[in-house]
Amino acid sequence: MRTTTRRSHRLLALAAVAALTTGVLAGCAGDSDDGDSSGSGNNSGGGKTTLTVGTFGVFGYKQAGLYDEYTKLHPDITIKENVTTRTDVYWPKVLTRLQAGSGTDDIQAIEVGNITEAVQTQGSKFVDLGKDVDKSQWLDWKNAQATTADGKLIGLGTDIGPMAICYRKDLFQKAGLETDRTKLAAQWKGDWNKYVDLGKQYMKKAPSGTKFVDSASSVYNAVLNGESERYYDKSGKVVWDKSSGVKNAWDVAMSVATSNMSAKLKQFDKPWDQGYANASFATVACPAWMIGYIQEKSGDAGKGKWDVAAAPTAGNWGGAFIGVPTAGKHQKEAIALAKWLTAPEQQAKVFAKQASFPSAPAAYSTLKPAPATTEFFSNAPITQIFSDAAKTIPAQIFGVKDQPINTALTDIGILQVEQKGKSPEQGWDAATNEIKDVLGQ
Amino acid sequence: MTSPKQALAHPASSAEAAPGSQPGAARGAHGRGTPPPEDKSPWRSRLYRWDMKASPYVFIAPFFVIFGAFSLIPLLYTAWYSLHDVQLSSLDTQTWAGLDNYQNLLSSDFFWNALKNTFTIGVISTVPQLMAAIGLAHLLNYRLRGSTVWRVVMLTPYATSVAAATLVFTLLYSWDGGMVNWLLDFVGIDPINWRESDWGSQFAVSSIVIWRWTGYNALIYLAAMQAIPADLYESAAIDGANRWQQFIHVTVPQLRPTILFTVVVSTIGATQLFGEPLLFGGVSGSKGGSEHQYQTLGLYMYDQGWIIGNLGKASAIAWSMFLILLIVAAINLLVTRRLRKSQ
Repeated sequence: MRTTTRRSHRLLALAAVAALTTGVLAGCAGDSDDGDSSGSGNNSGGGKTTLTVGTFGVFGYKQAGLYDEYTKLHPDITIKENVTTRTDVYWPKVLTRLQAGSGTDDIQAIEVGNITEAVQTQGSKFVDLGKDVDKSQWLDWKNAQATTADGKLIGLGTDIGPMAICYRKDLFQKAGLETDRTKLAAQWKGDWNKYVDLGKQYMKKAPSGTKFVDSASSVYNAVLNGESERYYDKSGKVVWDKSSGVKNAWDVAMSVATSNMSAKLKQFDKPWDQGYANASFATVACPAWMIGYIQEKSGDAGKGKWDVAAAPTAGNWGGAFIGVPTAGKHQKEAIALAKWLTAPEQQAKVFAKQASFPSAPAAYSTLKPAPATTEFFSNAPITQIFSDAAKTIPAQIFGVKDQPINTALTDIGILQVEQKGKSPEQGWDAATNEIKDVLGQ
Repeated sequence: MTSPKQALAHPASSAEAAPGSQPGAARGAHGRGTPPPEDKSPWRSRLYRWDMKASPYVFIAPFFVIFGAFSLIPLLYTAWYSLHDVQLSSLDTQTWAGLDNYQNLLSSDFFWNALKNTFTIGVISTVPQLMAAIGLAHLLNYRLRGSTVWRVVMLTPYATSVAAATLVFTLLYSWDGGMVNWLLDFVGIDPINWRESDWGSQFAVSSIVIWRWTGYNALIYLAAMQAIPADLYESAAIDGANRWQQFIHVTVPQLRPTILFTVVVSTIGATQLFGEPLLFGGVSGSKGGSEHQYQTLGLYMYDQGWIIGNLGKASAIAWSMFLILLIVAAINLLVTRRLRKSQ
């Protein structure tokens, strides 16, 4: 459930290594064999149904042992997961298979960045799950994202990405800033410009070799993810250049890009990972799923030095759904499995394994992060902070080309200003040209 | 099912049954339209004749079937797509667009930029690569200790996957803490943002290509050099030519066809350059940098088709690349003819 196109790019390195070292591949294959055989053996014969689950990135179902658990409950079912590392490779493949009406998995994962495209163009290729589940189990906006114009629910919510600010207490202290998470949150509450102001203050006494934030693009995404108006309006028209949300996010990002507070890294790039290990930036807007990532990349050196505070505005970054394609041969069994996998209890188990935050509020009271994680983040009440954010996330409108438009703004427009010294106007113009090309105008 | 043994035995036995019908004879018999009168089993001999006629085609058929299914039909289908407005998310609704996609390309800065990048990266990767290869081949052509070892070492980069090689190079060219910038620091040059600088990024991408392909080309040159008769060098030496003069006046002219071959192959490779810049770009690598400073035609096509989802336009780019290759091939042909005449 680790999501968004950018996130999965970090696994590029892994993909490359996997292509070379059969050891990695063999390891994976070994795992799935184990999963199958522990299911209840292949010798039980004819009555078995094999369900395939198509996912991307690290969804966490296998890691949390959910497949094994389900096959124990239902001895007549075996489950096979087909994982594609990168969403930008996964999704085009799914699109073509859905339209060909063959080759789809029984359950197909859909990333939040693709859900609108799925809803608007592939609605007829997915089973309507609305009548099989109790919709009140999920957050309203999560359901709304996967509901077609004629009221079909084509995907069940898995995780969401409520955001907070993760910061290095030790660096804040050296720079003479407030280090208490509640006081910090109060300082920047409601206004990202106050967060940027704090950055300016940080840079005045910044510990050598450190910056306030990882990149201007990450600030842009953080701000935009808390805005209700993005690139499209309700009628599905592209309004990115007039959107107040985009303008607000752009302006904040520009004040970061034109200052000296950014480490100028590209998220999910190798140097960004190294930035965690070297403590080269003090803050990063962190959705729940990034918690584990920060912990892994910072290593033991970062233990107890990181802390988590509520973000200026609550936003959602990432998350996913699982749907059942009509081309599947075992739709009834697949629906049952999808329902089970997305039930609050199972979502809580995935959270316990890799901090993918549940989209079912019923699970919130039971969430327990791993003790190591709590310790790593200075005993911050992680669950509390993210649950509070989750409940106040605004409903957002997405469009079919949301992702390429976003890429044009962050990786063309903002990057030109941040890394090539262009003016904000030049960056905006470059993004405008790019988006025209994206939309075929 | 017949076992391979039986299958092998079959033509032999039919040949025994009709000892008189040699391939030539069979063809002649067919030409006259009447079987030879001494043939006791007309059915068998007819089978045998069919076998002789059809077998070659059957043997080469798998290639053409696979070529048709995976190359020719997709090629033609791409042409069809390029004349339509097709989105990845709605493949079934194809609206006729005529030459709109091509017109769109010709008026698009992004397309011309990609074409220009493909050309410049192609030149700065191919020219040094082939020159280095010929030099290395010349050195390897001397008597060396452990020559096989050297040759294997030369071929190692070629055997490395694009992904692995690019990954390592990306780390070397890292802006902050990369080895290249670290070395530059010793000679007092400020760190270069290799990925975002205009010429720096093209240089970096080219260096990956050069690293991977130089050894391969060197081995091809070496093979050709070893076929050059030694007496040419002997007579050159008698005429008083030194090693360098021998290289220029004997080796290079003799290698001409080989050089042409490598130029053609490298040009095709350069036109299709894709993996290196994509992976070098890291996150959203298909953009080829924030100003598309190293976006090649291949990347632009991928970006349009699979990232943006505009398959019609991507198909038009694919066909444009194909046409460009045809033009390059035509130029090559002309040059070859010229060279042949001048010889």
